[in-house]
Amino acid sequence: MRARVAHIASNTFREAVRDRVLYNLIAFAGLLSGAAILVGQISVDIEKLVVINLGLTAVSLFGIVIAIFIGIGLVSKEIEKRTLYTVLSRPVRRWEFIVGKFFGLAGTLVVNTFFMAIGVFAALFYVSHKFVRADGLILVALYFIVLEFLIICSLALLFSSFSSPLLSAVFAFSLFVIGSFAEDLRGFAGMAHGITRWLVTGAAYLVPNFSAFNIVSSIAHEQPVAAQLILHNTLYALFYAAMALSGAVLIFENRNLK
Amino acid sequence: MPAIEILGLEKTYRVGFWRKRQKCALRPLHLQVEDGEIFGFLGPNGAGKTTTLKLLMGLVFPTSGWARILGKEWTDPEVKAQIGFLPEQPYFYDHLTAHELLNYYAQLSGVPPKERSRRVDRTLQRVGLKDVHGVQLRKFSKGMLQRVGIAQAILHEPKLVFFDEPMSGLDPIGRREVRDLMEQLKQEGKTVFFSTHILSDAEALCDRVAIIHKGELRGVGAIADLTSSVQGKVEIVWQSTQVPASMKALGADCHITGDTVRAIIDENQQDAAIDALRRERLRLIALTPVRTSLEAYFVEKLQRAETSAGRTV
Amino acid sequence: MNRRKTSWVAAACLLGSLVASAILLHHSDKIRPQSTLREVLYINSPQFLKRACLGYSGLLADIYWTRAVQYFGSRHHDEAKSYDLLAPLLELTTQLDPHLIVAYEFGASFLAPPAPSGAGQPDRAIQLMEYGIKNNRDDWKLYYDLGFVYYMNLKDYPKAADAFERGSMIPNAHPFMRVLAAQMAQHAGEFDTARMLWSATYQNSQDKQIRTNAVEHLRALRVDETVTQLQQAVTRFGGRTGRLPASMSELVTAEDLPHVPVDPDGHPYKLTAEGRVEVRVPDDFPFATKGLPPGYTPIPKFHYHEQ
Repeated sequence: MRARVAHIASNTFREAVRDRVLYNLIAFAGLLSGAAILVGQISVDIEKLVVINLGLTAVSLFGIVIAIFIGIGLVSKEIEKRTLYTVLSRPVRRWEFIVGKFFGLAGTLVVNTFFMAIGVFAALFYVSHKFVRADGLILVALYFIVLEFLIICSLALLFSSFSSPLLSAVFAFSLFVIGSFAEDLRGFAGMAHGITRWLVTGAAYLVPNFSAFNIVSSIAHEQPVAAQLILHNTLYALFYAAMALSGAVLIFENRNLK
Repeated sequence: MPAIEILGLEKTYRVGFWRKRQKCALRPLHLQVEDGEIFGFLGPNGAGKTTTLKLLMGLVFPTSGWARILGKEWTDPEVKAQIGFLPEQPYFYDHLTAHELLNYYAQLSGVPPKERSRRVDRTLQRVGLKDVHGVQLRKFSKGMLQRVGIAQAILHEPKLVFFDEPMSGLDPIGRREVRDLMEQLKQEGKTVFFSTHILSDAEALCDRVAIIHKGELRGVGAIADLTSSVQGKVEIVWQSTQVPASMKALGADCHITGDTVRAIIDENQQDAAIDALRRERLRLIALTPVRTSLEAYFVEKLQRAETSAGRTV
Repeated sequence: MNRRKTSWVAAACLLGSLVASAILLHHSDKIRPQSTLREVLYINSPQFLKRACLGYSGLLADIYWTRAVQYFGSRHHDEAKSYDLLAPLLELTTQLDPHLIVAYEFGASFLAPPAPSGAGQPDRAIQLMEYGIKNNRDDWKLYYDLGFVYYMNLKDYPKAADAFERGSMIPNAHPFMRVLAAQMAQHAGEFDTARMLWSATYQNSQDKQIRTNAVEHLRALRVDETVTQLQQAVTRFGGRTGRLPASMSELVTAEDLPHVPVDPDGHPYKLTAEGRVEVRVPDDFPFATKGLPPGYTPIPKFHYHEQ
């Protein structure tokens, strides 16, 4: 059982890599080096700030886009194009398929982020010529970004399990945007009355809350991160991903594959 | 023990925007396939062949009914280790090579790690795919993909294979090769269940066939039985360059080719014809019972269904 | 594991993780109070924001506005003593959308008053109003808000008069602008003027917090006015009889008052042994300046909840 999940995961990873996903790293590297060089020449004492802000934001955005498109592509497409039939005619349970895909996707993104992280630190070194203790915070920010990716992947899988590739991408991206403003949504809920209040509150809790994960600005100003926050975010990401994956499994197990 | 027992499998889809209308893809089907035979599942496009296969594979859930495959419940995942499936117009992961793909499938089917490489090579050879190392599947032609499809279906030495239109996309040589392969599988003791709308293939291969049309079973049995119709015609061949009057008198349908004449006559005129030839001192070459072709049987069954009153789908 | 069993397990997992994540979220609000706001203000350059939001500045302004309202509302509820982030939030909001009038109104009502009922930054409030006027020359309400701040918080009556005057000249300005301008000149600092201003604020705003605030001030005005009158009656009584009245009813009879005076909540005023007129429940009138027991500090809370 576990072996099958692992095989599906590694196959997913291989498909993603061969699909030239990792070429995005080239674009990323280009962007970052260009920015670093430019900033190094302007030298208004905020080079480090810009590199960190730009670098981490780019890691986040590139990753989200990849997560959504690869995530959708590797599952929705598989269902549409019937590569799935030959897989499911083997002693593979449907839930193993979903879980395996998730780990394959997550793995792809972690590897991608790893290379991007190297790029960010390289750019940082180029502008600052040394590393300080506070730069360790960047690793925390990257960790939070990876947690965000896990959530997005699980959502991509959830939507793929019942929706077409295009719609799945649209839903996943929308949830990413809404999730970034989730804290405001909860604020709105607090100001509403009656039924609207309950509906909006429910939505605010269902939507992935990314507000707590975005510490890019604060670490750029070298604010420390509470250990409690790290724990909280880890748990939240795990539970949320579990929720979305359970939903995906539930739908996929009971779906007629036409 | 029959290889496949289908007991009343039925599938009705709800269509339309509000999912109110019902479309019956498969009426309750009762069918048995015996161990070690090649079984053909025939029917025109849209008859329900693929639906049946998908039901058996667990890709689609039946509205009612159930089935047994190799003695176990058809939803039992353990069954899957012993069956192979080739879907219609298969499509595979674009960016893998044939070796990688088959290796992946072998992993999923539980083939022991030591065995995998050997099996993959052997199977690729068997389906006639040589020199495909390092070539990604997106570069394969349709025929090559079909062979890959067959390869993944037999890779893990299943006892029972399901082929959905196995000949599609193949040129005549390819089709011959697949036919030979299927014969080989039968000789290895495997059961082959395949669906097709090409009757000549079925005629050449199958021990038994079932004919399905508009979701309903129209006939099952050995080809010989099905086509040994009540027509009772006989073909008589003799050496001559012309048709004697006595033969013409029998109302025979005669064709002259070189120095041979062929004629189709009723079975009960057989003796009279032989006597006539003897009288004329003509040399009898052959006397063969005429079977209705499967095609004729097929068309007849379908037409009868069309003209049946009160049939709704 | 068959399909049904897997489905049940998946459903249970779904529910369990949903509950767990909701609980975590709820809990997280306690770990990071207001931190989004602080982070939000790290990008406190409106020009940058305006470019960064790719033309959706209106939407962003609305979001900042909502955050400003929430910020104030929740702190007010928690009886905070300062509202440092209110000014930057309102400034950001109005820079992103200069035509968001309600933001200026909010600034007039809550930026200018001293802590704990406001941010205590009347000068910034004035700046905000002037910015609003510059970008919305046809809106008489902004002149009203400007004059309001000058009058209420800076007690600068000439400047207030000037603001109301300028405002009254805008086409379709409310007639009371002219009246207020005149009032400033003669009756600045009097109860009627203040009452006019607060009524005007109440009538011309849709924002719940602004209206509630206005109502509380009107109630306080009522109390201040009545207590002043009653205190004057006590003095007159003392002048005539040479002693303090023994009770409120004695005062009512002696000074020929129409009835026992009651506060806006319907509770009768108290007369202490020292001859002070006091309200029964001071907490109900957070903005009253008279009729409070000695040494009493008001709590900045809205008691009156309008429907």
